[in-house]
Formats: sequence, C-alpha cells, structure tokens
Amino acid sequence: MFSNPDLLKFVFGRLTLDSIPYHEPILVVTFIVVALGGIALLGALTYFRVWGYLWTNWLTSVDHKKIGIMYIILAVIMLLRGFSDAIMMRLQQAIAFGGSGGYLPPHHYDQIFTAHGVIMIFFVAMPLVTGLMNFVVPLQIGARDVSFPFLNNFSFWMTVAGAIIVMLSLFIGEFARTGWLAYPPLSGADYSPGVGVDYYIWGLQVAGIGTTLSGINLIATIIKMRAPGMTLMKMPVFTWTSLCTNVLIVATFPILAATLALLTLDRYAGMNFFTNDLGGNPMMYVNLIWIWGHPEVYILVLPAFGVFSEVVSTFCGKRLFGYTSMVYATVVITVLSYLVWLHHFFTMGAGASVNAFFGITTMIISIPTGAKIFNWLFTMYRGRIRFEVPMLWTMGFMVTFVIGGMTGVLLAVPPADFVLHNSLFLIAHFHNVIIGGVVFGMFAGITYWFPKAFGYKLDPFWGKMSFWFWLVGFYFAFMPLYVLGLMGVTRRVNEFEDPSLQIWFVIAAFGAALIAVGIASFIIQLIVSFFKRDQLRDTTGDPWDGRTLEWSTSSPPPEYNFAFTPVIHDHDTWWDMKKRRYERPLTGFKSIHMPKNTGTGIILAGLNVVFAFGMIWYMWWLAILAFVAIVAVAIGHTFNYNRDFYIPADEVSNTEGERTRLLAGQA
Amino acid sequence: MPIATKILRLLTVLPLLLLLGGCDLVVMAPSGDIAIQQRDLIIISTILMLLIIIPVIFLIFIFAWRYRQANTEATYDPDWHHSTGLEVVIWSAPLLIIIALGALTWISTHKLDPYRPLDRIDADQPIAADVKPLTVEVVALDWKWLFIYPDLGIATVNEIAAPVNVPITFKITASSVMNSLYIPALAGQIYAMPAMQTKLHAVINKAGEYEGFSANYSGDGFSHMRFKFHGVDQQGFDAWVAQVKSKGTALNRDAYLKLEKPSVREPVRFFATVDSDLYNAILNLCVRPGQMCVNEMMHIDMTGGAGKDSEENRDRLEYDNRHSGSGHGGHGAGHASEAPGDAAVEPAQHDMNQHDGQSMPGMNHGGGAEPAQTNN
Repeated sequence: MFSNPDLLKFVFGRLTLDSIPYHEPILVVTFIVVALGGIALLGALTYFRVWGYLWTNWLTSVDHKKIGIMYIILAVIMLLRGFSDAIMMRLQQAIAFGGSGGYLPPHHYDQIFTAHGVIMIFFVAMPLVTGLMNFVVPLQIGARDVSFPFLNNFSFWMTVAGAIIVMLSLFIGEFARTGWLAYPPLSGADYSPGVGVDYYIWGLQVAGIGTTLSGINLIATIIKMRAPGMTLMKMPVFTWTSLCTNVLIVATFPILAATLALLTLDRYAGMNFFTNDLGGNPMMYVNLIWIWGHPEVYILVLPAFGVFSEVVSTFCGKRLFGYTSMVYATVVITVLSYLVWLHHFFTMGAGASVNAFFGITTMIISIPTGAKIFNWLFTMYRGRIRFEVPMLWTMGFMVTFVIGGMTGVLLAVPPADFVLHNSLFLIAHFHNVIIGGVVFGMFAGITYWFPKAFGYKLDPFWGKMSFWFWLVGFYFAFMPLYVLGLMGVTRRVNEFEDPSLQIWFVIAAFGAALIAVGIASFIIQLIVSFFKRDQLRDTTGDPWDGRTLEWSTSSPPPEYNFAFTPVIHDHDTWWDMKKRRYERPLTGFKSIHMPKNTGTGIILAGLNVVFAFGMIWYMWWLAILAFVAIVAVAIGHTFNYNRDFYIPADEVSNTEGERTRLLAGQA
Repeated sequence: MPIATKILRLLTVLPLLLLLGGCDLVVMAPSGDIAIQQRDLIIISTILMLLIIIPVIFLIFIFAWRYRQANTEATYDPDWHHSTGLEVVIWSAPLLIIIALGALTWISTHKLDPYRPLDRIDADQPIAADVKPLTVEVVALDWKWLFIYPDLGIATVNEIAAPVNVPITFKITASSVMNSLYIPALAGQIYAMPAMQTKLHAVINKAGEYEGFSANYSGDGFSHMRFKFHGVDQQGFDAWVAQVKSKGTALNRDAYLKLEKPSVREPVRFFATVDSDLYNAILNLCVRPGQMCVNEMMHIDMTGGAGKDSEENRDRLEYDNRHSGSGHGGHGAGHASEAPGDAAVEPAQHDMNQHDGQSMPGMNHGGGAEPAQTNN
C-alpha cells in the first residue's frame, strides 16, 4: 500500500478535491448554515469566555449527571439532522410522481434514507436512552456516581466521535447507499467501492465501543452500588429495565462489532466472508446483524417502559400495580429478544418450520409486553391521575403502542409477512413502536427528570404543544404508510408511477410537517423555560410528589448526590420515607470521596476520529499515527494517580445548610 | 382531554376512510389463491388481536377519565398494587390469544410455504392429477428482471405472463446482489439471492395486468425494477408466447453477459431461444467463460477440498466484479458528478472482457491488500 510513488496519494489517500461535494447545492447550503452556526457558537463561547468553564465543568467531567445531560444534548442535535433527512424523504416521495423524478437523484436519496436510519437509531435513540440511564440510575439507587466514572466519560465521547464521523460524510465524500444495515454483497467493496460504507463501518465501530463500555459500567453500577437495603426486588422499575437493557447491550454489541469487523476485513483486506467470491456467504451477515439488531429494539424500548412505569405511578399517586410481574415481564422480554431475530427475513426462504418457530417466539414476546400494558392500566385504576406533560406522553404511548404492537404481531405471522415485508406497512409498524414507544418515552422521561437536572420545571404549555403536534403528526405521517403498504408499495423507492399513491404521500408529508412543529415546540419549550426559570423553580427537590430516591435530594443534586447514603426499607423508597416522616440529617457531615475530572476521554475520542478518518480515506500514515497515539494516551492515563479528591466536610455542611434554608423558606 | 383525543382521532379517521374507498389495496384484494389465503390470514390475525386491543384502548380512556384528579368521587386507593386474580387474567388473556394465533401460524406457515407445491387452484378446485405446472426461472439483474421459460425455450426481460388457473413454479436467483421478487396480486415475496435458489409456487385466478417489482433495495436503479405480470387465458398465453418467439432474439451466454451489465429502466425484451444450461450457469455464477461454477466448488469442498491445488482455482472463483465492466455508464453518469471516480472509471485499468475471464480484477489480485478502488 506504500508502493505508490505519487506523494499526493500517499498523503491524502483517496481524498481529492472532488470528494468535497461543492457542486451539490443542497449540501453547500447546509454546509454554509452549519459553518455560520458553528462560527457564531464558537464566537459566542469565546466572547463570553466560557471555554475554560466548559472544559473543566463539562467536557472533562466524570459526573454521571453531567454526562447524562451531555448525551441528551447530543441526541437532540442529532435528532435535528436525522429529522431533516426524514423531511427530505417525505418531500421527495410526495413529489416524485409522473416521471418528474423529484428533486433527489437515487445517489443522494439512497444516502439520505441510510443516514436517517443510522442516525436515528445510533445517535438519537441510543444517546437518549443511555443519557437518561446515566442521569437517573445512580440517583435511584442512592449512589454517588457510576462504578467507573472515567470510563463513563470516555464512553460518552466515543459516542460523540461516532456521530462526528457520520456527520463528516455529509461534507467530505459521501455516506453509505446501502440501507441502515448495509447488507452485503451490496455493501461489499465491489458494489459499494466508495467511502460511504467505510464511514458507516467506522462511525458505528467507534460509537459501539462507547455503548458497550457504558453498558458494562451501568451493569456494575446497578449490581454493586445499590444503597444498603435495596435488594433487587426493591429496585425501582426504571433501574430494572436499565439493568436488562445493559445486559442486552453487553451481550449484543460485540456481535455488531464482530459483524462489522468481518465486513471491514472483506472491504479492506480482501477477505471473503460475505462476498459471492470464493464461497462467501452474505446470508450469514444478515443473520449476524439481526442477532444484534433485534435485541437492539428492546435495548431502546425497555428503558422507555421503565420511564412509563415511574411516570404512571407518580402521576397516579399510587404504587405500581404488579411490581413483581413487571420485573419478570422485563426479564422474560430480555431473554426472548435473542430468540426472534429471524423474523426480519422470513422471506429468505428458510423453510416452514424455522419460520414458524421464529414467528411464534416473536408472538410470545407480546405476552409479557401485554402484561406490562395491563400493569400500567391497573396502576391508573383507583389512582388520582394528574395529567401533567409526562403523563400525557404516557397516555399517548399506551394507545399508540398497542396499535404498533398489533401490527408487529401481524408481521410475525410468516405468510402475512411475505406480503407485508419490506413494504411501507413495515415502515409504519416500526415507526409506530419506536416513535410511540421510545420517543414518547424519552420525552416523558426528559420532562419528568428535567427539574431534577436543572432545578426548574419545563414550561407546560410548550410541552403540551410538543406532545399534541407529535401525537397528531405521528398519526398523519404513518397511518398513510400502513395504507400504502397494503397497496403493495415497497420501501426505499425514490420515484413512483401510479398517481393514485400520491395523495397518501402528501398526507404523510403533512404529518411530518406537524412533527416538525412538535420538535420546534420542544426546542421553544427549553428556551422559554430557561427564561421563566424563576417562576418554574423547584426548591423542594420533589416537584411531582415523587416516589423514588432521586426525589429525596435537591434539584439539581449536589455533586455528591447524597450527603449520607440512604438506607432502604421498602419499594418506592422516597414515598415510604415521606410516609414515615423522614427527617433530613442536618449535622454530622463527613468529607466525601469523589473521582476527579480528566481530559483523557475527550482526547482519546478525538484521536479515534482521526484514526477512523485515516482508515476511511486510506491515509495509512495518519491512521497508524493516530492508533499509536491512542495506545500511548491510554497507557499514559494508567500512570495518572491523581484521580480522586475529598469534598471537605465543611463544604458538604455548607451545601446542605443552604438546602435546609431553601426548604425552610418553602415551608 | 381524552374526549378531545377521541374527537381528533375520529376526525383523522373519517377522511381516510373516504379515501380508502377510492384506492387499490392490492394486498387486501389480490387475484391469486396464495395471496388470497395470505390476505385471509391477515384479517383473521387482526380480528384475533383486536379482541384484546379494543378493550385495552377503551379501558385506557375510561380509566383516564374516571380517575382524573378533578373527580374526587372516584375511589382513591394509593396502596392497592396487587391482585392475584387480576394478574392471572392479564397474563392468561394474551396467552390464550397467542396460543390461538400460534397454532394458526404453525399451520398456515406450513400450508403457505412458498416451497410447497400447490394442492389447489382456488378454494373450490383441487389440482387435477395431470396438470403440469408452468416453470419460470427468474433472475434478478442490476436493475431488471430476466424470466426464463425453460419448457418453452423462451425468455423475457421485465415482462411475464401466465395462464390463469395453472400452477406456476418460480425458481429464483440473482446475478449480483440481493433482491426480492414480489407480485402482490399473485403471492407473497421471496428473496432473490446470488448463487442461491429460492422457490415460489403460486397461481393466478383472474385475468388481468398486475404489478411486479423488487421489494428489497439493491442499489441505484432499484426504484425502476418493475415489470408487468399478465394473467391471461390459455389462448392469450399461447399468443403471447408466439409473440415472444416471433419478435425475440437469441439468449446465449454472450447475450446474457451483455444483458447483466447494470442498466436502469430497461424496456421489455423478448428472447425466442434460450441456451438450455444458461439458468444453471447463472445460478452457479459461471456464465463467463473460465469461471468455476459454485456447485463445482462446493463439490470439491464436500469431498475434502483440493488441498494446494485449489489455489489454481482462486481466480476462477472471483464473481463480484460485474460493476467494473463497461456497462456501468448507464447510471454511472448519475454519480460521476457526485462521487467522482467510483467504479465508473475502472474499465480503463481492468476491463474484465479483455482478460477473458481468466484474470479477474479485484482486491485480491496479485495478493496485495489494496481494495479495487480507483478514486483518484
């Protein structure tokens, strides 16, 4: 590979000036907007002299609360990108009739649907879920941080690195044109020779390292760091679902990493795992990727189920109905999620008995899921339901999700799947469960825990706007896709001949516009709430009359979360403490041992971006340098003995004293 | 609030129902017996599930309304959180539905297995003992469909016809990447994969012109991988065959190698004669002279492999380089402007046709690790 005498080629690999898409007006405008926005942001940061503050208090922070918040910021930014892709697709499909071809040629359109799927799953849904777990879990179990605080920081920055790699493809080169799972042989070197699939591979590999490590971290945290008295069966349901999700992450993400590694070897080293050449087998890739891919769906939705469980019992003022069956349902879903992957490709022709087996295992999952729905339903029964914004999202979820669940079970019947597979019916189904389940759940969770994170509630008016626009927009955007699926319209098509389809695509585009208003309302809600923060202030630490431990500490919690580690006696610990008229200790504070911030995570992740960029563009010297640097920095970090510090007892005493005054002022 | 939701939902549903009356839900109103049975299965499963879904949705709204905070008359029981009886019901009700649906699934999956030969023409007619099914060999090419009628010795591109009430046996493969053969009016889809053969048995019961297409994304020209399926009576079919024979040219290996080069929006084409071993060669990826067939390789491997000798076969087993051929221009022009120098410029360096199939360009050529990439 170094034999090429051309110095330019040695330095830049396959990167040339032509790789910059300056002849693509859409991309040029996007680039200008992003560049201007970026310059404005950097300028503002410099002008207000917040670089130092950002670096010491946020970017290098190992505080699980700040990392959780940063995950969610990443997700919201990436949501804007992923949603722009969605709007472009809806617009294309709404106008590409009668030979007009729309405004996106296949080359561009195919990148957009691939990027939409990849970004929404890996860089929106995953960071939302991980961020929420990061923020909430240690607080719910009465811990001061996660088990491995530095690892947590590193995991976050690796996720950001993955996102940056994928975003780079927008302006340098191109993204994959293969669909979000990049099935070979289409994604192999022969049929996708450009850099698109390489951006895909390295983006996901780098982010995947972060996700796997974060999974290990949270499992260790939940298993080892629960406050005394919190037995497994006294854990809050959100913590339970987080535990199951992280078990799924740790068990499945290595499969994704291995599958992508095999594809990488095919593409870079001329191996033949998934090629037609030399007896490779593309079907193996499809199996492997879905062995990761199906549990991934439950990785996303289980924490959402956890959020709904917390929200329902809080806003009904009632203990969750059937806690034990809820926990078992979660565990059963976790196990079963490994036994269903083949339902993603019944049409590969595996034979009737295999298909029927996987169809039936899929249906069995609907039993514990159904039990969960009933549990939430009977938590509402004989409750006192307050329809605050998180509860609205939960109601929207329950109705929407059962519809999505029904179409899901329908798709699990193999002969029915033969006519619905890959159709827009399928697209409608998985958006129905992912938007109705995961997205609604994450919005419920963000609204619910926002006052805990920032000390003030989110403005309810804009929250309701966001909810209603999302809900109605969802039905407008995806019900037409169910109909189109039944009309035999398949996915990923960028141009249509039959004019009778157009009206449905126009309705769907209208729905997407409503969702856009919903997203805008959410952003407005953040801004409005910030300016009205004094009115919305939560001085009690318990704005919703909560039930779990996170509501026992102040909003926002002090760096150390709990001055004294709480002792747990019952489910819904905080509710139990309030019932027993728990008195907050006012004296006798001790100094608290805490982990120290470190910049290693962000540096390593930055080097990973450089490494991936070198690999993608065949700049081997750069990749080798970056790799050596990664190893050196990682080894160097092990010699960093300056990792912890004590918060002196006086400082704890001051912080807690301030809270005592605040609470007294409240009363 | 819940009332507002209900009204909203009604408002959204009403115009949709009006619209639905005017559109062609082919999946729900198909014309082939297999697709009709698949449709029935969708309806039965949906009804079975609605048995539990509808009460749940009603209960959500009823409970939300009844136990709203403002309604102080409703019972409030903050500690009620367990009821064994209720637990039994909420686990067993879905279980019963799933047992019913599971049984239905097991039976229907076997009965409607695409590999299983038909046992009936439609709900009222079993298949007569002497009926010989019509065999159609299907090849998904980049980006068009090749249909070979081995018994008739003809072939077509992007058009297919079959007599009504005659069982059809499709044998399906692909030349390069995965596609999915789907004619919604006739029967469910099945993947078309290179070096593999899937099968589909189906029958069309009503004469008509139906849509067929690829239902699995396969690259640039995927959106236009469409064809017409003509369900016709026996005379109509004979006339169609005669037309293919009179208008068609010959489909031999050379013609196929030209045909398989990537192209978009390929017009309908007829072939009056077809090499009898062509489909088998396509299936085993050895149409090009000098290629080793996949089944031959598998046979060698099955008998223990050829040891060091198999190194000689290496080049003959490289199949994935069609895109580097000169036929790429059709769509290459589209992206040349965006991803300069992807495969479109490759033929200048390695034109496979000049190598006579013996020495394939590609990432392994010469043992180097550099992928077949010519972006500069």
